[in-house]
Amino acid sequence: MERELRLMKGNEAVAEAAIRAGVDGYFGYPITPQTEIIEYLMEANPAETTGMVVLQAESEVAAINMVYGGAACGKRVMTSSSSPGISLKQEGITYIAGAELPCLIVNVVRGGPGLGTIQPAQSDYFQATKGGGHGDYHLIVLAPASVQEMADFVDLSFELAFRYRNPVMMLSDGAIGQMMEKVYLSPQKERSKTVPEWATTGKPSTRERNIITSLDLDPNRQEVFNQKLIDKYNEIREKEVRFEEFQVDDAEYILVAYGTSARVCQKSVQLARSQGIKAGLLRPITLFPFPTQRINELAGHVKGMLSVEMSAGQMVEDVLLSVNGKVPVYHFGRMGGIVTTPEEVVEVLKSKFIGG
Amino acid sequence: MTEEIIIAGFGGQGVLSMGKIMAYSGVMQDMEVSWMPSYGPEMRGGTANVIVIISTERISSPIIRHFDTAIILNQQSLDKFENSIKTGGILIYDGNGITRHPERKDITIYRVDATEEASRMNSPKIFNTIVLGGFLKIKPIIRIENVIKGLKKSLPERYHNLIPMNEKALIRGEEIIKEIQKAKL
Repeated sequence: MERELRLMKGNEAVAEAAIRAGVDGYFGYPITPQTEIIEYLMEANPAETTGMVVLQAESEVAAINMVYGGAACGKRVMTSSSSPGISLKQEGITYIAGAELPCLIVNVVRGGPGLGTIQPAQSDYFQATKGGGHGDYHLIVLAPASVQEMADFVDLSFELAFRYRNPVMMLSDGAIGQMMEKVYLSPQKERSKTVPEWATTGKPSTRERNIITSLDLDPNRQEVFNQKLIDKYNEIREKEVRFEEFQVDDAEYILVAYGTSARVCQKSVQLARSQGIKAGLLRPITLFPFPTQRINELAGHVKGMLSVEMSAGQMVEDVLLSVNGKVPVYHFGRMGGIVTTPEEVVEVLKSKFIGG
Repeated sequence: MTEEIIIAGFGGQGVLSMGKIMAYSGVMQDMEVSWMPSYGPEMRGGTANVIVIISTERISSPIIRHFDTAIILNQQSLDKFENSIKTGGILIYDGNGITRHPERKDITIYRVDATEEASRMNSPKIFNTIVLGGFLKIKPIIRIENVIKGLKKSLPERYHNLIPMNEKALIRGEEIIKEIQKAKL
């Protein structure tokens, strides 16, 4: 079917894509720079068309627990917030991960720590990819770099969330949330009528009770469960790595960047090449699972890598682990809500590797 | 072709919506576009700006610091962005309220006194469309018919009665923009 062309903000695209993907429920609480998501959904009022529930909760904590409840019933449910609000949700997120429930959490990242700034940042990488809440768990983390991907990744997130019974986070940032670009929207999907076999929707006489919990007081059973999670994460590492490459074939230096920084670095690659420096870009699309193997392979053919993030240097740790000492790896990034410019990246590339 | 533009002025002057009309018009002409606003406290009564990129190719970075064209609508924005224009680039400004005029010699400068013209036309709100008309005279990257299509797409239907007035404003902008200085390179 023909996809509809619109000019939209990243936040609006997430909201419209959620309606079209047949999401059952959105529970959220406003915070800049992602408030357009709930505003758009409230105005669209999909309860009257698809039957999707849109609810402004009394707090972020309430919203994530509504997601927990909806997900336990086998529904396609989601929430969104920005950094300080995502911190508030962490208890709920670890419970959802521990209860092995599918859902989508959108984080339109702003600068921190604390209330920080409302401008874009990528300083929630550790929180998103290494757990965030307590206990040994991982979210599947997708990093959109365009308004189009803000839309496309909604459907993809639910597909992955239900395939692995695991919460998925879309790690965006204030720039992608606020900017407008062309977006091709998928046709309206019907909301799914199938109820997963694990859902707690009332016990029929044909099966045992379904129990959704993250609590097991027996250490032996809990360890078996932890092992099951690790096996699941390893399967995800094996099957779900996604990345995009830009001019890496003959590259001598690789920039590694995701989201807004990847867009900036694409221009940096062009600038560097116009100055005779063979640069390329690897853009992780999944941050968990991280494209470790591909980065390790590339490290065998290049002279160095530069991780570019709007943070003090978080993803660079995963790049270092992937490169495993083969070539030098550096970090460059602006903080506090300042977006790195393409020219700055080229200057750093030159000063670190070429001595200019 | 890639045109990198910054539009800057007071919040409420229609800076963001002028950018939006440009972006929509670009879409109508099958181009790639990005619209990146400044957002946050500075929008509420202070200065507002938006970066619009219109290109025949996929747009890499939507956030840039150097522009082909700067459309400047108040003194603070002129002070802030005069040095962000590429050598040989273009500055378009409305002289209303400007006490320190642009000083760079390596850019081409145009003046479009849209505030004055809009009040003469008895319609202060079409001020930004007059400026847009002026810009399109200098850089005809989008055809006026596509701007009208863009307006139809971006304005709610209840405002469609304002489109003929906007069309007049675009044409008026084309007429009143004047070159102040040619770039000396």
